[in-house]
Amino acid sequence: MNAVGLHRKLEENAGLLIFGILFVSAIGGLVQVLPSVMQESLVAPDVGRAPYGPLELTGRDIYIREGCSTCHSQQVRPLLAEIKRYGPYSRAGESAYDRPFLWGSKRTGPDLHRVGGRYTDLWHRLHLLDPRSVVPNSIMPAYPWLGERPAGAAGDIQAKMRALKLLGHPYTEEQIAGAPEALAGMMEVDALVAYLQVLGVAPGGTP
Amino acid sequence: MATASNVTPAGPSRESYRDRVVTALVVFSIIWSLLGMAAGVHIAAELVWPNLDFGQEWLSFGRLRSLHTNAVIFGFGVSALMGTAFYSVQRTCHVPLFAPGLAWFCCFAWQIGVLGGGISLLAGWTGGKEYAELEWPFDIAIAVVWVCFAIVFFGTIARRRIKPIYVSNWFYGALIIVIAMLHIVNSLAIPVSISKSYSLFAGAQDAIVQWWYGHNAVGFLLTGGFLGMLYYFLPKHAGRPIWSYRLSIIAFWAFTYSYIWAGPHHLHYSAIPEWVQGLGMVMSLILLAPSWATMVNGIMTVAGAWRKLRVDPALKFIVLSLAFYGLATFEGPMMSIKSVNVVSHFTDWTVGHVHSGALGWNAMITFGTFYFLVPRLMGTALYSVRLANVHFWLALAGTMLYVLAMWGAGVSQGLLWLSLDEIGELSFSFKDIMASMAPYYALRLVAGIVFLAGAALLAYNLFMTIRGRRTVPAFPPAPDAASQP
Repeated sequence: MNAVGLHRKLEENAGLLIFGILFVSAIGGLVQVLPSVMQESLVAPDVGRAPYGPLELTGRDIYIREGCSTCHSQQVRPLLAEIKRYGPYSRAGESAYDRPFLWGSKRTGPDLHRVGGRYTDLWHRLHLLDPRSVVPNSIMPAYPWLGERPAGAAGDIQAKMRALKLLGHPYTEEQIAGAPEALAGMMEVDALVAYLQVLGVAPGGTP
Repeated sequence: MATASNVTPAGPSRESYRDRVVTALVVFSIIWSLLGMAAGVHIAAELVWPNLDFGQEWLSFGRLRSLHTNAVIFGFGVSALMGTAFYSVQRTCHVPLFAPGLAWFCCFAWQIGVLGGGISLLAGWTGGKEYAELEWPFDIAIAVVWVCFAIVFFGTIARRRIKPIYVSNWFYGALIIVIAMLHIVNSLAIPVSISKSYSLFAGAQDAIVQWWYGHNAVGFLLTGGFLGMLYYFLPKHAGRPIWSYRLSIIAFWAFTYSYIWAGPHHLHYSAIPEWVQGLGMVMSLILLAPSWATMVNGIMTVAGAWRKLRVDPALKFIVLSLAFYGLATFEGPMMSIKSVNVVSHFTDWTVGHVHSGALGWNAMITFGTFYFLVPRLMGTALYSVRLANVHFWLALAGTMLYVLAMWGAGVSQGLLWLSLDEIGELSFSFKDIMASMAPYYALRLVAGIVFLAGAALLAYNLFMTIRGRRTVPAFPPAPDAASQP
């Protein structure tokens, strides 16, 4: 049977057509995506890198909630100008505890992967609550509500850490038990600043 | 058996086509287009005047942006695709919809899902993955509606009275099947609470899965789905059959095979394996072939009916959409070349590219289809051809301005960020480059307003058309005619 005849068969049989579409569209995923998802070295954390602490984790989830990754990437490319501007390029092991990944796709504002330690806590605080008080031309939105809400208000930090533990993040029971304590007295802005300050900082404290 | 001779043969029943659900989906789609584009205009204005969120979290850029993309893609786009799929599958199969009650469920459940999802995004519920922001309760709801959509669609095909399955149905079918696969895999997560979950994938693996989804949501929804629309409505408009049916078949399989590989071009120079990036780039370049084959097929179908362009605004929209389809599917592969991507990635060029596809291709072909479809559904003439012509020029001007503004912004950002002076230091600070974007962002805002104004004209024009309706049910052709393929 020639190709036209074969195709006529496909064209007249809905079941075959459905199977054909599924099969043909799945090949790419099976050859390209599946091996990457099986490749453990892609998500092996750097030696000595610990998962986010309760305060940083809360801050990261605020970062996600406010859609910060809409305008800020966290992915320094291995290009000379980029390394000069931001710091060492991003490696896979640095994102091993990132669910979801926050590499981003757009830099309306600068990349943040190496922002940790670059500004003081106070600068970040002022900047988040009113960006134009420290960067006059900034077009970043202000986030005044972050200064008004306790970081632990939702009361779900232990549930979050348990869920992540289930996914393989090495939290100990003591860490989970002590998590609400770590958030006590902190506002959302403190949590977000704590997260920004550990971004791109290696276990030893240097990028 | 002997008694059968004096009884009329129980021929196929003469049920009319189920078109009311199509009308409902078209109306919802138009409402979403206005809401989604208005949200887009508002966030464009926020980039010019950052205080336009008035200190309200639900008006904040980061939240409103995902409302914008969800409302236009899933509200405007999917409602239009579902409606036109229901319309065309009946006519290409010569039977009324299978399970019309389920079709109505799809229609309303989808609208409730997009509305509820939109509100949840404003409340800060988000999975944080681009174009897949909705949290797990909505992910499950989407999957359920999608399965029902599949049952109605393939059920109708299963009881068709024409043997060959027309090519538009393949594209709609690929939309249904592939989006289901992508959505389910990319949404896998461990729920923590009703509003929060953590992705099953981490870091670099999550990135690969997300852009396998993200790129192919563009591929099979915004490209494949709308090609289904094209293959049914373009020949109808032009009053001519598809120029080359064989080319449409080859292009379909090439498209379905190669699109799925292209996602990693969103991750060039990142920490994912080099071979995955390279393969993503090569397959993106190959993708140019089926994309342009389809464009050529479309243009050649219109060739010979050019004079219709003078009197039929609907056909003008469709022909223009083909031009933008060609432009965007050329630009995309170019941007996937690593040395071009160095400049274009992370800049407004990407935003411009998306909008040349979304405004120029998706919105235009949908507008053209609605101008054609609504008068037919209503059994009356279009309220105002003149207004539709005005809309055409507004849509064209808005899209062109938008794309030019974003090219300007994107190319300058890309080059200025990378620029080093003679002693090897960075030439410009990020702040200065950002500040120089103001004129482009202002121009983009104007472009968005112009495009939205056009969409508002369409809404008014079609509302007036529906008001003047004289709906008559449409029936499948008589069985004899139907048996001729």
